[in-house]
Amino acid sequence: MNWFMRNWENVIVALWQHIAISGSALLISLVVAFPLGVVAARHPKTRGIILGVTSTLYTIPTMALLALLIPIVGLGRTNAIIAMVMFSLLVLTRNITAGIQGAAPDIVDAARGTGMTPWQVLVQVELPLAMPAIVAGLRVAAVTVISVTVVAAYVNAGGLGTLIFEGMASDHAPKIWVGALTACALSVIVDVSLARAETFFGRRAL
Amino acid sequence: MSLLIETLDFIQNNSDRVIDAGIRHVNLSFSALILAALVAIPVGIWLALTGRYVLLIINIANVGRTVPSLAILALAMPLLGTGFTPSLLALSLLAVPPILINTYVGFTGVDADTIDAARGIGLREAQITMQVRLPLALPMVFAGLRTAAVQVISGAVLAAYIGGGGFGEFITSGVAMMTIPMLLVGAIPATILAIAVDTLFSALQKTITPKGIRTS
Amino acid sequence: MIRIKGLKKQFAGAERPVVNDLDLDIPEGELCVLIGLSGCGKTTTLRMINRMIEADSGLIEVSSRDISRQDPVELRRHIGYVIQQVGLFPHQHIADNIATVPKLLGWKPARIQNRIDELLSLVGLEPAQYRHRFPRELSGGQRQRVGVARALAADPPVMLMDEPFGAIDPINRVNLQDEFLNILRKLKKTIVLVTHDIDEALKMGDRIAILNEGKVLQVASPDELLNRPINEFVASFLGNGRSLKRLSLLCANDVCISGPPIAGSSMIAANSSARTALSMLLESGSKMLGVSDASNTVIGHITMETLQARLARRESND
Repeated sequence: MNWFMRNWENVIVALWQHIAISGSALLISLVVAFPLGVVAARHPKTRGIILGVTSTLYTIPTMALLALLIPIVGLGRTNAIIAMVMFSLLVLTRNITAGIQGAAPDIVDAARGTGMTPWQVLVQVELPLAMPAIVAGLRVAAVTVISVTVVAAYVNAGGLGTLIFEGMASDHAPKIWVGALTACALSVIVDVSLARAETFFGRRAL
Repeated sequence: MSLLIETLDFIQNNSDRVIDAGIRHVNLSFSALILAALVAIPVGIWLALTGRYVLLIINIANVGRTVPSLAILALAMPLLGTGFTPSLLALSLLAVPPILINTYVGFTGVDADTIDAARGIGLREAQITMQVRLPLALPMVFAGLRTAAVQVISGAVLAAYIGGGGFGEFITSGVAMMTIPMLLVGAIPATILAIAVDTLFSALQKTITPKGIRTS
Repeated sequence: MIRIKGLKKQFAGAERPVVNDLDLDIPEGELCVLIGLSGCGKTTTLRMINRMIEADSGLIEVSSRDISRQDPVELRRHIGYVIQQVGLFPHQHIADNIATVPKLLGWKPARIQNRIDELLSLVGLEPAQYRHRFPRELSGGQRQRVGVARALAADPPVMLMDEPFGAIDPINRVNLQDEFLNILRKLKKTIVLVTHDIDEALKMGDRIAILNEGKVLQVASPDELLNRPINEFVASFLGNGRSLKRLSLLCANDVCISGPPIAGSSMIAANSSARTALSMLLESGSKMLGVSDASNTVIGHITMETLQARLARRESND
């Protein structure tokens, strides 16, 4: 704990880096996942391929994926972010697809019946109704991304993982503790907050 | 690509090391999965049948599912040291939440009317658990095992950092010395192993799903 | 066969007992229907007979044995249990589902297999076709047939049925009711059936027990119930058109008077219901119907007056 007191600025920097990387990765992933999810929802034939590919990406061990990207993009943030996007794509796409499919067909039907264009139906009816599922997916994706970011310190991406790796390399227990516990805390806080958001949207949708 | 050829060269020259790492990796992963299952499945069943401490334990399990794997593995170092056993314990701990939660959900998810009928025609509680709940819960349990298996293999790669051995060693050495082929010798087999195990479990899951409730 | 005395049950947190000092005797071989409004205690009473719910106080005897002294599981293996949602085991074949209790009782495999075939035929499902199907491949009506077969498997003397036809569509429901009435009458079992449908009760019950607020208000045969309801509540429960309901309990045979009908009259079969006779009279506008038996011999005739007289007679007679 003394170490923490003396070095808390480093911790804050690492934490900030961590949030920045995770956040950007999540955002990019969302942007990619949305069109994929909508396509998969609309065209059942593509669903198998889209979910299959993203599922395989999800299976790859974190460190392995980061390592595989090194020959291609080298070390650093970019590497980490690409890996994170690949990992979180499955969860987000699958949930967006499920959410859109799950939107009560009669509500969608009524919307179409009032003369809305398919785009309007999507934006004004289907997506709002899919929000609970989307937020649920976001929750899992966020936790996944935070977890990957910890490992990504290994490829010089920064973040809380740097504390952990440095601590392990120099057998410096306090660093390990602080890095690990902060990462866990961040994960849990994000998970709980998004869980609340999930309930909030769930109630609204009903 | 020349990279690929270099990698294959490396494997040929260091084949015993690679095989050794592979055996260690599989050993570590498999043992961790078994250990986790031995703990998580009985507890999950107990929770489902007695309903006690459900909120507490499920919340802990949810937190467990959330925390970054590396954080747990890293904490093994100051607490337990390095080597095979600390890695095993840390990985088992990581594998427990998905198995526990899925077992619980699987056993509680059995249709209430089916259980009512089973009780009403004269099955004892133990018989209901074995003959009705268990077969119907197995798909869920296996889904949990599948998730855990993939997680453990991924974690075992990281465990190289705390002396657990396995394919991760090649990755760590490869990054440290910036030798790409060495790095790939770690990353590619690990990836293939993970995908293979996932496919295996997926097939297993389909097989143990009772025919009466298969959706395909 | 079943004797219930002073039965009482109050659920925790409830203001009043759901079953409140209930008495009911059901003789062997009778099909007794329990009916009443929601919350009257009919299902709770039923489920106390096989100890799915434990009574707070009171006595229940099945086959002259106090059930509270028996092992509940043993008790249930000798009582057939049919519920609205059927509750077949989805992961087992139809054959295995039916074989559940016989297996528990240790029957020999050959005997079990014969019994399965026997029961499937009895409930109208071709054994060769249905043995190896799974519950989800069957319609709701077919599933309930299997449910009844399963309940009958170990040949229990007593059957408990909780709204067995409630989840089945109206058209199939009538068919199932008729078929089961036939089956159950043939088997001479003691049956307690809970329903909220008064027409089903009147059709199926040897006697009907009308429950309210945890007590039996009146237990009597359908005819007596319609004829002499014990109070306002029962009368209104039976609903409007009691006379029509009474007519549907009678056959044309019961109400016809001897003597040939006038020429050109429509004919009605002797075993049609008197209510159908009334319908035909009203629709055709004719004054008279001829009644013929199975071999097409004329055995009498029916007029509006005969129907009215018959209703009036029964009213004052019993």
